[in-house]
Amino acid sequence: MKLPGALAAALALIASLAQAEPRRSGFDDMSPAVQALQRDDTQNPAMLWVADGQRRFAADCATCHDAGAMRGVAARYPAFDGAAGRVINLAGRVNACRERHLKRPRWAPGSDELLAMETYLGHLSRGLPIAPPADARLAPARELGARLWRQRLGQLDLSCAQCHDAHAGRRLGGSLIPQGHPTAYPIYRLEWQGVGSLQRRLRGCQVGVRAEPWDWDSDELLALEAFLMQRAAGMALETPGVRP
Amino acid sequence: MSVRALLHAPASARRGEVVEIRALIAHPMETGHRRDSEGRLLPRDLVRTLEARFDGELVFAAELHAAVAANPYLAFHLRLPASGLLTVRWAGDRGFAHAESVRIEAT
Repeated sequence: MKLPGALAAALALIASLAQAEPRRSGFDDMSPAVQALQRDDTQNPAMLWVADGQRRFAADCATCHDAGAMRGVAARYPAFDGAAGRVINLAGRVNACRERHLKRPRWAPGSDELLAMETYLGHLSRGLPIAPPADARLAPARELGARLWRQRLGQLDLSCAQCHDAHAGRRLGGSLIPQGHPTAYPIYRLEWQGVGSLQRRLRGCQVGVRAEPWDWDSDELLALEAFLMQRAAGMALETPGVRP
Repeated sequence: MSVRALLHAPASARRGEVVEIRALIAHPMETGHRRDSEGRLLPRDLVRTLEARFDGELVFAAELHAAVAANPYLAFHLRLPASGLLTVRWAGDRGFAHAESVRIEAT
């Protein structure tokens, strides 16, 4: 009866290759210096964006929204927007609110204003578990996202899963490959010298494998976001994160 | 976008106690050596100096240069002589100037 044992070991190995467990935030594998930067709000440079978002929220949003009631909101996106009939992320929700209720123009993707608001809202939900909504209308996006996660892309012909599932925890050059859980977005990335969104990170990865990045707020990027938040469900939100 | 800076100091401390002051400011710290995607040189845009005064008396000053990363963060210590107002001023290229103040009570 040695075969079942060997078989079980082989199956466990395959399972560990398919999805590394337990799940780890990128925070756990950072250097102590960068961890300290994220832990201490008086050192975390992303707090500049939080402070700016707080100011903007008080000026524009507080007439309708109570800041205390916004706790937990960031943990529930992307969500399905019934009025627009599509999946939207938190930035998309902020922009939709600006258009519909404030009658002001949308903020550009990646603009400091939008990132400030997104970082502030994320910061309000810090420590809460990521809670993707149980909305059947999100299923097609999550399925598309899961497919894109495994889709080989670019001249390097690599999929997200090949690095972030199969080789997470190993090194690519000098850098540790994280599992790719979006627990801390928007993040202050030292390489960017500023705050950036999950979409910026995903587009950066696409350039990395020499693929043409998907457009901002494209169905593909939103689907990948929806899939990744589902994959990270239950992990604690860390916004505003700092990453190397 | 408006200037954003964060100045952290304890609201109160014992007279004569050493307190830590932390100053963080949003600034691109453009070195003047980089080029944009069209190959044009990006003009230098640096915070050049930081000056901290406690009730008008200079307690800390720093010169910043091109090797300092964006959004410079500086922390320094101060022996608290009495209750007073700490003012930190940043000044730089293109007429950049910003000040933040925080009151510290001596007990």
